[in-house]
Amino acid sequence: MRLPTWLAQHLAALRAVLVFTVLLGIAYPLAMVAVGRIPGLDGRADGSLISVDGRTVGSSLIGQSFTDADGNPIVRYFQSRPSAAGDGYDPTSTSASNLGPESVVDTIATDPEESTQSLLTQVCARSRAVGELDGVDGSRPFCTPDGVGAVLAVFRADGLTGPVTRVVSVNQTAPATPFLATYEGVPVELAQPGHDYVAEGGIVTPIRGDAPADPAVPADAVTASGSGLDPHISPAYAELQVNRVARERGADPAAVRRLVEAHTTGRALGFMGEPGVNVLELNLALDREFPAR
Amino acid sequence: MTTTTAGVIFVLSLVVSLVAIYRPFGDYMYRVVSGTRQSRVERGIYRLVGVNPAAEQTWGVYARSVLAFSAVSILFLYAFQRLQNHLWLSLGLDPVMTHGAWNTAVSFVTNTNWQWYSGESTMGHLVQMAGLAVQNFVSAAVGIAVAIALVRGFARQRTGHLGNFWVDLTRITLRVLLPIAVLGALALMIGGAVQNLSGGTDVTTLTGGTQTITGGPVASQEVIKELGTNGGGFYNVNSAHPFENPTSWTNWIEIFLILMIPFSLPRVFGRMVGQNRQGYAIAAVMAILALASVTLTNVFELSGHGTVPQAVGAALEGKEVRFDVSNSATFAAATTLTSTGAVNSFHDSYTALGGMVPLVNMMLGEVAPGGVGAGLYGLLILAVITVFVAGLMVGRTPEYLGKKIGAREIKFASMYFLITPALVLIGTAAAFATGNNATALNVGPHGLTEVLYAFTSASNNNGSAFAGITVNTAWWNTALGLCMLLGRFLPIIFVLALAGSLARQQPTPASEGTLPTHRPLFVGMVVGVTVVLVALTFLPALALGPLAEGL
Repeated sequence: MRLPTWLAQHLAALRAVLVFTVLLGIAYPLAMVAVGRIPGLDGRADGSLISVDGRTVGSSLIGQSFTDADGNPIVRYFQSRPSAAGDGYDPTSTSASNLGPESVVDTIATDPEESTQSLLTQVCARSRAVGELDGVDGSRPFCTPDGVGAVLAVFRADGLTGPVTRVVSVNQTAPATPFLATYEGVPVELAQPGHDYVAEGGIVTPIRGDAPADPAVPADAVTASGSGLDPHISPAYAELQVNRVARERGADPAAVRRLVEAHTTGRALGFMGEPGVNVLELNLALDREFPAR
Repeated sequence: MTTTTAGVIFVLSLVVSLVAIYRPFGDYMYRVVSGTRQSRVERGIYRLVGVNPAAEQTWGVYARSVLAFSAVSILFLYAFQRLQNHLWLSLGLDPVMTHGAWNTAVSFVTNTNWQWYSGESTMGHLVQMAGLAVQNFVSAAVGIAVAIALVRGFARQRTGHLGNFWVDLTRITLRVLLPIAVLGALALMIGGAVQNLSGGTDVTTLTGGTQTITGGPVASQEVIKELGTNGGGFYNVNSAHPFENPTSWTNWIEIFLILMIPFSLPRVFGRMVGQNRQGYAIAAVMAILALASVTLTNVFELSGHGTVPQAVGAALEGKEVRFDVSNSATFAAATTLTSTGAVNSFHDSYTALGGMVPLVNMMLGEVAPGGVGAGLYGLLILAVITVFVAGLMVGRTPEYLGKKIGAREIKFASMYFLITPALVLIGTAAAFATGNNATALNVGPHGLTEVLYAFTSASNNNGSAFAGITVNTAWWNTALGLCMLLGRFLPIIFVLALAGSLARQQPTPASEGTLPTHRPLFVGMVVGVTVVLVALTFLPALALGPLAEGL
């Protein structure tokens, strides 16, 4: 019996899909799994797990949070970057924040559960917290002293033009003090929960302020990584934390600094990527050499 | 060494490596697609599939073979996802819901790899390796096969035959993709990419918390995801995940894998039409556009304009320390210049203009160098349009490589060019008209960019995203699935029709008045036509999105 051409063609296609599934979908990946069993490669193919006293404590490639149950930093440990993966460093729900460069207006709802922070406020709040933790100036451009985005909604008489009629600091609510007393002669109000000042016609106006362009708290300390699992921090952020960690462990800062250097990966071949400090490995080494008192 | 210097050397090292492999690797691929001796394994496959490797196909049969193979693949992948809970290695995951399974099936068969889902919480290991990753290989091979068929149309004369799809598919998969995949997977594993069948290891962290270290056949999928310009990550965060892209040097390898086939295919074109300089001209067009794009992305990202990047002091949101800003920007350019769509950083958090460049890369039709195969046929279409425009200027019948570009040919080329802009703009408008744009995470111009990016990515079969937008709804999955399907197969049909029409012609000998298509003048004209066509089509939409935000 001769099949119609179109049917024969689709049967050939089906057979091709099955043949390639066996070859490329079963044989090839399983062969690579087998290759991954080769001694020397097996640890890496299995996720570069780290064990301490026979107990697996994590992976050298996957970052961890060094915070207590309430999310507060445990001060004897170097802290990782902020993370948007689940509740932080959750490999089963990896994620970035995906907030854009002009995400500057918080949603302040009457129900605090429904309020959301803009990326700018997240950055400002983190910077302030890290500054307090490590005893440096946490101020940043476009941030208020109380650690939210310094953003005004400016209402003008004719919409986009004309004299200023009303100014609201959109990310600050009572009992805060407006970060600016007046703007173009008009007193700055605090935001009321439940209002969308942009929809009401206010022009979003971020205020630079006089914070240094090169803040004391490094950039990686105030931004979430793409994966939410970044195992590294920058050498600058590690340096910022050296004194605190040394003090908490009663160790010589110079010795802690040497450990940081030992766990810093430079650029591959001298030009690929940027140097990073592996936080989990560093903290494990600290626990070994300077156990907490 | 400063960050900028390191970033520049990073790009230069990629350029030098791609130049170095252009001839040897291009020549190797030429031998693969033009050879007639079949290995024993290949003969076995032809027997199992039931095709005669010596039988040549007309353009219609070739196209129907592509469509039959792709249709069966979509159904197979759909069923695979719907039944995953009954299969091994499903990790206890539920079957994928209907509109999601449709979207993903289309997505991987069309070489798009748009992902509405998180790999780690939606797809079991078997679906990933025996379903999705198989399409990473064969959808790439389909793209290359179609490009080769078009080149045969230029190279052959007075024939209806364009080769045999099944032979092209098999030889490209077995002789080009698979060997490089094996070597690349090994390299990534040395770097630390995971390759096991583990369902996850629960650990107690240093501070007493719990963490599940995920497993899976990642390295084997990661390498073909880049090499085949597919882009579908094993995990949600794609190549930003340390298990997919563990180090700064695996990052270099992944970018190189993305670019190696598309940038070497012009050599195959040059060899097949018997004039290597024609291949150099096409490669030059690709290189000019690509270098401009990589440079612009780096400049915009490193200068860090915008409120949040200025507050931070760098455009570091959504980027990893080990890649930092520059190597992330270079990856972003490479992934959108091709049809890859893998990401090692999150484009949604890029500076407004830095995020616009990847969008424009896709709008260019992904021709610099474009997806495997798709980039070459896309650029040859643009070359055809260029000789037509040039012919109009001097009042001669345009010809390319001795083949006349008549009414029939230019119709196919124009139809090819018009499909994706139509899908992108109609799709974006439909999202706003129906209120489905409300699932965007960001507001204002950035929200528009998220919607525009989604339709641009799907229609051009890229698969990267401004990932803040939620697309896991029936409307989005259906609409983007349609865009991917039409954006892949309508152009392929027109390309093959054009190939059939070209192959039938008797070449006209070059004369005084023939426009030489290997000189810098022609290269410049193709670049110009590409940029102008795209600018005219998309500038209004860009003005409302990234330009409004960034200027």
